Amino acid sequence: MSANFTASPFVGKTFGVTVEHLCKSYGESAVLHDVSFEVRPGEIYAIMGPSGSGKSVLLKQIAGLETPTSGSARIGNFDAADPATRNQVRLALVFQAGALFNSLSVYDNLALYPREHRLCDEAGIRDRVMHALHILSLEKSAGKLPAELSGGMKKRVAIARALVMEPQLLLYDEPTSELDPVMSATLSEIIATLREQTAVTSIVVTHDSNLALSIADRISILMDGRLRATGKAAEFKNHSDPVIANFLNPVIDLQNPRFKQLEQSHE
Amino acid sequence: MKQCLAIIGHLGSALLLLGRSLRFTGTLLRQFPRFVEQCYLIGYTSLPIVTILLFFIGSVLALQSGYSMENFGAKQFIGTLVGLSTVRELGPVMVAILIAGRVGSAITAELASMKVYQEIDALITMNIPPERMLVLPRLAAIIVMMPVLTLIGILCGWFGGALTCQYTHSISIDSEVYFTALKQFMKNRDVADGLIKAEIFGFVIVLICCHLGLSTRGGPREIGASVTRAVVTSLIFILVLDFFVTKGLLLVP
Ligand SMILES: Nc1ncnc2c1ncn2[C@@H]1O[C@H](COP(=O)(O)OP(=O)(O)O)[C@@H](O)[C@H]1O
Ligand SMILES: [Mg+2]
Repeated sequence: MSANFTASPFVGKTFGVTVEHLCKSYGESAVLHDVSFEVRPGEIYAIMGPSGSGKSVLLKQIAGLETPTSGSARIGNFDAADPATRNQVRLALVFQAGALFNSLSVYDNLALYPREHRLCDEAGIRDRVMHALHILSLEKSAGKLPAELSGGMKKRVAIARALVMEPQLLLYDEPTSELDPVMSATLSEIIATLREQTAVTSIVVTHDSNLALSIADRISILMDGRLRATGKAAEFKNHSDPVIANFLNPVIDLQNPRFKQLEQSHE
Repeated sequence: MKQCLAIIGHLGSALLLLGRSLRFTGTLLRQFPRFVEQCYLIGYTSLPIVTILLFFIGSVLALQSGYSMENFGAKQFIGTLVGLSTVRELGPVMVAILIAGRVGSAITAELASMKVYQEIDALITMNIPPERMLVLPRLAAIIVMMPVLTLIGILCGWFGGALTCQYTHSISIDSEVYFTALKQFMKNRDVADGLIKAEIFGFVIVLICCHLGLSTRGGPREIGASVTRAVVTSLIFILVLDFFVTKGLLLVP
């Protein structure tokens, strides 16, 4: 299983992602409607959208954790929903809530992947893990259990755990949502640097327009389960669609507050 | 009707889970630390309660049979009765019930919380099959520990019966008489039957509890619901299987 992967760091192919006419519903409620887009190999692709618009659900379909109701998600030429794909593509997903292994220390959380796949000996694993912890300023927390960490630290551990995997496809679910501004900027730099060094394809789901506009090659906006716009990052700096401009740059207006507008529209 | 289908569905997926787990049997050796950890959790930590429980069951059995066998003047055969019923029935069943309540509930709670907090999803994206890392070591541990626990429990039951016979005034059977009677009608086959039963119960409990834990959906509240369901299902399975396995074993010459 692990034989397909090169043990040496930062080597290997990268994969593009193709999502075609993807629909997903849970019982009666439809979450994603006919979503199509293509992420090229080595690209940083940002998906933005209001909360509840289906971004996490979309990532689950790409990661193969769920099967689309119709349509497909493909990684390279492999069907994302097929379990065998995971033997071909090394994929890492940074979960929105971290999804750390609560019974393992931070160090063991990071070491689990290389240990299970026998990528290198304990000394090599230690190097890799400490390097990842160092990048995210977590060395001091190596011995702690996830329950002893703050929300932002958990998020950083989750990111470090993904970096240790040396993935060929990296999916981030709101990676900066619980980080302070400096750590958010650091993370943007990490994502960009990683792509330069390893050509890893990254899909970043985020609310952080600073991150998306500064490092993403292309951006898609997902609203109510539909893609509202797709384009180069530069196109979104001053977008012509008022809904998108409002979403990316919501000006606080005390004269005419949004909740008042909503109240009036209900009357 | 709907519930019947649901039960059959669960049975099917539990068997599929077993199949997927057994595919990784070859990895057991390199997962040895995990196996040892599970043996400790399943076996060692259950030991005190198994000994106490079976000790008192043997004692009560001796008291009750002393009372009823007095009528036949067959008190010297109390040892036979206590010995055989602990080996063939009460030992395996009581240990199984304990394991369902103590170990099964813990397994379901742990796996269900891993499922709810997306740890299982994380394992899957990391291409580490949960069957290999979580289910297989537990199944292996119960196979090893269940006969050990049952055997220890049975011995405690015998011992409890002997003490009661000797020191209860109304019975006053010397433990030498008790153990002679016990040995006289005890065959190796009886011990084997008891251990086979225990082994089947333990295996089924762990499989059910793993399956119900991993198939938990929804929020934290579902963890509790899954645990309850796992314990109740295990108890039902123990008692129903008990009848059929006993019947089957009695048919084997
Ligand atoms: N397992 C599920 N079952 C039913 N509905 C779900 C499930 N997961 C997500 N949803 C629904 O899908 C919608 C989008 O959720 P999500 O993708 O988590 O939003 P976000 O864009 O904030 O990540 C929400 O309305 C949510 O209620
Ligand atoms: Mg989300």
